[in-house]
Amino acid sequence: MLTKRIIPCLDVRDGKVVKGVHFVGVRDVGDPVECAAQYSEEGADEICFLDINATHEGRRTMVDVVRETARCVFVPLTVGGGIGSVEDARDLLRAGADKVSLNSAAVRRPELIREAAQVFGSQCIVSAIDARRSPDGTFHVVISGGRIDTGMDALAWAETCERLGAGEILLTSMDTDGVKNGFECELTAAVCSRVNIPVIASGGGGKLEHFSEVFEKTGADAALAASLFHFRELTVGEVKDHLYACGIPVRR
Amino acid sequence: MIGIIDYGAGNLFSVENALTHLSIPAEVVHDPKKLASYSGLLLPGVGAYGDAMARLSERGLAEETKRLALAGKPLMGICLGMQLLFEGSEEFGSNAGLALIPGRVVKIQAPGCKIPHMGWNDLAVEHPCALAGEECSGAFVYFVHSFRVDCPDEYVSLSTQYGERIPALVYKDRIFGAQFHPEKSGEIGLSMLARFAALCENKGERA
Repeated sequence: MLTKRIIPCLDVRDGKVVKGVHFVGVRDVGDPVECAAQYSEEGADEICFLDINATHEGRRTMVDVVRETARCVFVPLTVGGGIGSVEDARDLLRAGADKVSLNSAAVRRPELIREAAQVFGSQCIVSAIDARRSPDGTFHVVISGGRIDTGMDALAWAETCERLGAGEILLTSMDTDGVKNGFECELTAAVCSRVNIPVIASGGGGKLEHFSEVFEKTGADAALAASLFHFRELTVGEVKDHLYACGIPVRR
Repeated sequence: MIGIIDYGAGNLFSVENALTHLSIPAEVVHDPKKLASYSGLLLPGVGAYGDAMARLSERGLAEETKRLALAGKPLMGICLGMQLLFEGSEEFGSNAGLALIPGRVVKIQAPGCKIPHMGWNDLAVEHPCALAGEECSGAFVYFVHSFRVDCPDEYVSLSTQYGERIPALVYKDRIFGAQFHPEKSGEIGLSMLARFAALCENKGERA
């Protein structure tokens, strides 16, 4: 039986792991290669790197971080953040990434998803969607780390991503990210009901019950968290033990 | 020394890293004339079927790989590389493959299941082979694919279930194919790569 995945995410800038609240106020906390190896040992089903560099030099550093991590970590590695072209994706995949996630660049030019899927296969193209609840109750796609509200409907955009060839959706709620009050289950369930590709729920995981809740209330295939694991508030193993006890299939 | 065939679209370094970690000598190879010098060949991983086959063919790698495998050189395909061992695929139109093992690559037909089949799934042993024995029963390995092989049962060593039966490890003579990623499947996956390497060095039992 296919198991639900637990994915620690490492936000990386200038070769260091950082983690912000609501995507602002980032602080420096560690070496990404060491963190990834630790998570793998603890049973992480996949490791996610989010490149939050703003500079070209920083992005080149990211390729090195991916290469170093891939030498010692033998679970899948997804890399996202700032990927603007098929060539950017190729550099990361050749450095050892298994999947790349496309976000702002794909919102600005959706054909990027199709182009990347045709070259690398849909299975390694992840559409990262950052969504925020708007005053009318619908969810809008935001880009550029949450600074720009595109006005696009997040559910419609998720469908478009699937149609263009994305193999997975990494869905982050900007309202719950960093707050640790639980995943945005309404948004996650709605996206899961609109697409037939795997969905990773992200943003808001703060305690064990949040993980069982998101798998019980939505069709999410995986749950991602960053600071929770990074600051050792919970370990991947603790989350999996809890899910197992709840009857949710996990790899242990 | 194992040659990892580079056709420009794959995730070669994951496979190379896994072999390095296992202290198995290996290198990435682009030149078809060099393929014969290796004790075994690995055909990785990530990409689209038609694009990968076109890249393999235009570099002369497809023809030489096929010739060597038919002559008995151990060959292991991984994920897309496994699918390329078969006669053809229906991915993005119809594409011919290396035709080393009878069978075709078809879209996964799993009502109610999401496509791609992505994540850790457990294995059932159908026919133990040189790379996998009963210890693989119930072990979790990592899959990422939207298409699966449709081939005679005699070539299926391991399978998994995802709405339907999915061949996970196939074999014919000294040709092997893993639908999952052994290089991304922790210790059990690494052990299969180690057994392939042993077979290449004639230390393993002949399949």
